[in-house]
Amino acid sequence: MKALLLIAIPFAGAALAALWRGDRTRPWLMPVVGLVHTVLTFWMLFDPPAVAPGAWLAFDPLARAVLPAVSLLFLACAAYGVSYLRVRGERPNRVFVALLLALLGLLSAGHQARHLGLLWIATEALTLAAVPLLHFNGTARAFEATWKYLLVGGTGIALSLLGSFCLGYASLHGGGGGDLTFAALTAQGAGLSRPWVLIAWVLLLAGYGTKMGLAPMHTWKPDTYGEAPGIVSAMLAGGVTTVAFTAILRVRAVVAAAGDGAIADHTLVAIGLFSMIVAALFLLGTRDFKRMLAYSSVEHMGVLALGAALGRAGVWAALFHVWGNSLAKGALFLSAGNIRRAAGGRTLDEVRGMATLTPRSAALFVTGMFVVTACPPFGPFFSELRIVRAAFETHHGAAGAVFLGCLLFAFFGLTRVVFAIVDGRPRPGLHATARRYPETLGVILPPLALLAAVLGIGLALPEVLREAWTAAVAQLYPGP
Amino acid sequence: MSSNVNFLIGVAMGLNLLALGSSRLPSVIRAVAVQGMVLGLMPLLMEESFHWMVAFVAVVTMAMKGYFIPHLLSRAMRSANIDREVEPFIGFVPSLLLGAAGTIAAVAGARALPLLPEHAGTLLVPGALASVLTGFVLLIGRAKAISQVCGYLILENGIYLFGLLLIRSTPLLVESGILLDLTVGIFVIGIIVDRIQRAFDSLDTRKLTVLRE
Amino acid sequence: MIAVVDTLLRLTVWLLLAPLLPGIINKVKAWVAGRRGPPVLQLYYDLARLWQKSVVMSTLASPGFIAGPAVAWVAITGAALLLPLGPGGSALGFRGDVLLLVYLLAVARFAIAWAALETGSAFEGMGAAREVSFAVLSEVSLITAILALSVQTGSVTLATMLAPAAGTGAILLAAGLFAVLLAENCRVPFDDPNTHLELTMIHEVMVLDHSGPPLAVILHGAAMKLMLFSALLTQAVLPLGRLSPFAATGALAAGVLAVTVGVGIVESFLARIAFRRVPLLLTTAFLLCLFALLLAWKGGAA
Repeated sequence: MKALLLIAIPFAGAALAALWRGDRTRPWLMPVVGLVHTVLTFWMLFDPPAVAPGAWLAFDPLARAVLPAVSLLFLACAAYGVSYLRVRGERPNRVFVALLLALLGLLSAGHQARHLGLLWIATEALTLAAVPLLHFNGTARAFEATWKYLLVGGTGIALSLLGSFCLGYASLHGGGGGDLTFAALTAQGAGLSRPWVLIAWVLLLAGYGTKMGLAPMHTWKPDTYGEAPGIVSAMLAGGVTTVAFTAILRVRAVVAAAGDGAIADHTLVAIGLFSMIVAALFLLGTRDFKRMLAYSSVEHMGVLALGAALGRAGVWAALFHVWGNSLAKGALFLSAGNIRRAAGGRTLDEVRGMATLTPRSAALFVTGMFVVTACPPFGPFFSELRIVRAAFETHHGAAGAVFLGCLLFAFFGLTRVVFAIVDGRPRPGLHATARRYPETLGVILPPLALLAAVLGIGLALPEVLREAWTAAVAQLYPGP
Repeated sequence: MSSNVNFLIGVAMGLNLLALGSSRLPSVIRAVAVQGMVLGLMPLLMEESFHWMVAFVAVVTMAMKGYFIPHLLSRAMRSANIDREVEPFIGFVPSLLLGAAGTIAAVAGARALPLLPEHAGTLLVPGALASVLTGFVLLIGRAKAISQVCGYLILENGIYLFGLLLIRSTPLLVESGILLDLTVGIFVIGIIVDRIQRAFDSLDTRKLTVLRE
Repeated sequence: MIAVVDTLLRLTVWLLLAPLLPGIINKVKAWVAGRRGPPVLQLYYDLARLWQKSVVMSTLASPGFIAGPAVAWVAITGAALLLPLGPGGSALGFRGDVLLLVYLLAVARFAIAWAALETGSAFEGMGAAREVSFAVLSEVSLITAILALSVQTGSVTLATMLAPAAGTGAILLAAGLFAVLLAENCRVPFDDPNTHLELTMIHEVMVLDHSGPPLAVILHGAAMKLMLFSALLTQAVLPLGRLSPFAATGALAAGVLAVTVGVGIVESFLARIAFRRVPLLLTTAFLLCLFALLLAWKGGAA
């Protein structure tokens, strides 16, 4: 019941926003709905409801482990969104607000989906719902980014549908009754037809990997994250990637039950490392700071994929990393949005000396960069440390070494761009632009709150989260 | 019944090759439309008894795939004043040969896969794989946005064909999933193609080169 | 003795009936266009007229200029004698005679191209180059179609090979062979037999400089080639073996007539396609024959 509420409330909010008349007051719907959603999610985090076996939608341990992070991210983005839409008052915001709320509903549905088909429907709807949000800016570049997103993302979705069908057929061929919930598929275990399971794994990894942004299916990310408004990029980077990741985790559990867990892990290691290498290389060369954030997102998706391949400890660390990554990316994208508006430009060549023009946003941006490059005492440091330890403990020493190397190169790339933007003297004309976009509380507090949360989970990881992640790992690795 | 199904799938595979070899956009759009209608007919042929729900979904699918989506594409084509694909990335003869090779490989490969006895004699799996491959060749090899959308539609047709394997066990989910996909897809395609045409005045995706490193 | 009479009878049928086909095609085109058109026997009159004229020969050309059409005609007649005429069989049949048929057709094409090059003119050379380069693709299609037939029936003798498959295979083969027929006989959409514009001719330009009896021989040879392909197509598609001899002969004649009318209709409704698109169309014909081959192969294995 409460699981459905998590989905219904945002949709009700979206419908309300679509009907709401006041353009100036409509944005307030977002933080209101977000607050209700966050309260409900955290209540369910502390007091998990029972999961009915055979349920298609439920707040199961895996959803409990990551959905609160997404909810927090949305709350911060929604609070930021009020100020953002006021600054961008010239554009009508009905579609924006309605779709952003619908996005929250779909994210809740996607995380809680325990049925193969329902998961796909949620992810597909997410892909399509994001399209109008992406070209909110209305420029030609935004259209181009939207087109590439649609083509690549659409292909990914199509592949994951084909993979879902293959998995369904594997179940049917193995004598299954047509129950496509993950629990039923895992229970069928060795009865699943192996060739079909392998084909399904490849297709589902490719399809949901495209949504996550794993290389080589990541080509849409730099364009999309570069052109979309900060809020949208934050929700995509922190929310949609998480849904895709949980999808891959659920599918991996089924594949492991069918007996091909080793192959699945090998492919995850390969694709994870490949994503990190590609991201590190591009980070060393990029000149646009929003595209830089996209490559950083690709890198962290590689980290997640690697963690998922390293057994129980690896998945635990990956779930920890999801929290750190989502919250930190949110802070980064929101402060990057501030900087971009104030600077009027987006590349190294145009933007300099932001520490003078927008000191608070610049500070947040630099801090966020340190968070994302695994600086203690923030959360990602501890999660990535655990992943390295898991790598060495499961005899993936070479992978661990490559992992550390990529982190180093990513650090070089990120600091290069961030400090180039922040340091120095700003160009003469920029002071006027910066004054048009002052750093009000509305645009500073949300990213600050997100960074504080990341610091919190790093310094003092709450026991309830530990327990939630352990329960999720137990769900994914049933048996001894 | 199985021979009817096979005949229809054979027609669909032939339409794949027609779409690959044709340089005129109206032909490609028409091929996709006919393929959509042919495939929309399939659930009716595969069910032994007549269910209202299946019939309703089949009719709606045929209407969407056979009329509304091609209509949107034709309108975009006419307003952009283009009607042929001039210099694709993968030439017409190579794409035709690729499609044919893919069809042959799909037929050969499908024999190696374990199939339930009721599906073993049908062309469902080869047809699905061949259409998926054709869709990819069109998506990657063509420069005009409309051709890419047609490629995507053929890809979806292939996946739909594959989904028909599961129609006995999970009929409603497959059908409704595809319907949702189509409905929302139409709106998105319609809006985006229209916007792209207005923004770029040509629908040639080679002009989408502003965003780069 | 009987064999000699038989062969003579056969020759008569081929030689006398062949010029009827281009006449039928032109009549069909005229009717579709709303005209009355030339008489069906027009080609006979043309041949008679040309036979009485003298030859205009370039001083640069060698005897190969006259030998070319003659060699071509003899080759085509030989191929015609090899092709079985329904229940009547062929004048000569042995294992592998289908290969001889293909090669005789190739020899005919080669001879005409040689004669074209003999004139030393740029026109004919261009035409010969075009004809030969398109022949590469059309011969591949023809050979694939023949392979399909032989895989289906398990033999390489024309007499037993020409038994059609069931259903889809026959349709694909018919479509492929029809396209090959159009290509080999220089019909629209590959080549327009009525055009004489430099940029648009393929076959016509090769025979541009011939006159008198050699030209008559070339025209007659082309008519026989058309009849050969029509007969081949009809027998590959219609199950003549199951009918009584009388009915089979009637069916064969009807089939050839139908193919000819079909060519006329296609010529009326299609335009000649641009040269750079011809490979695409020929590749399509090749793929149709290839799929017929695969169906024959897989059908036999399954």
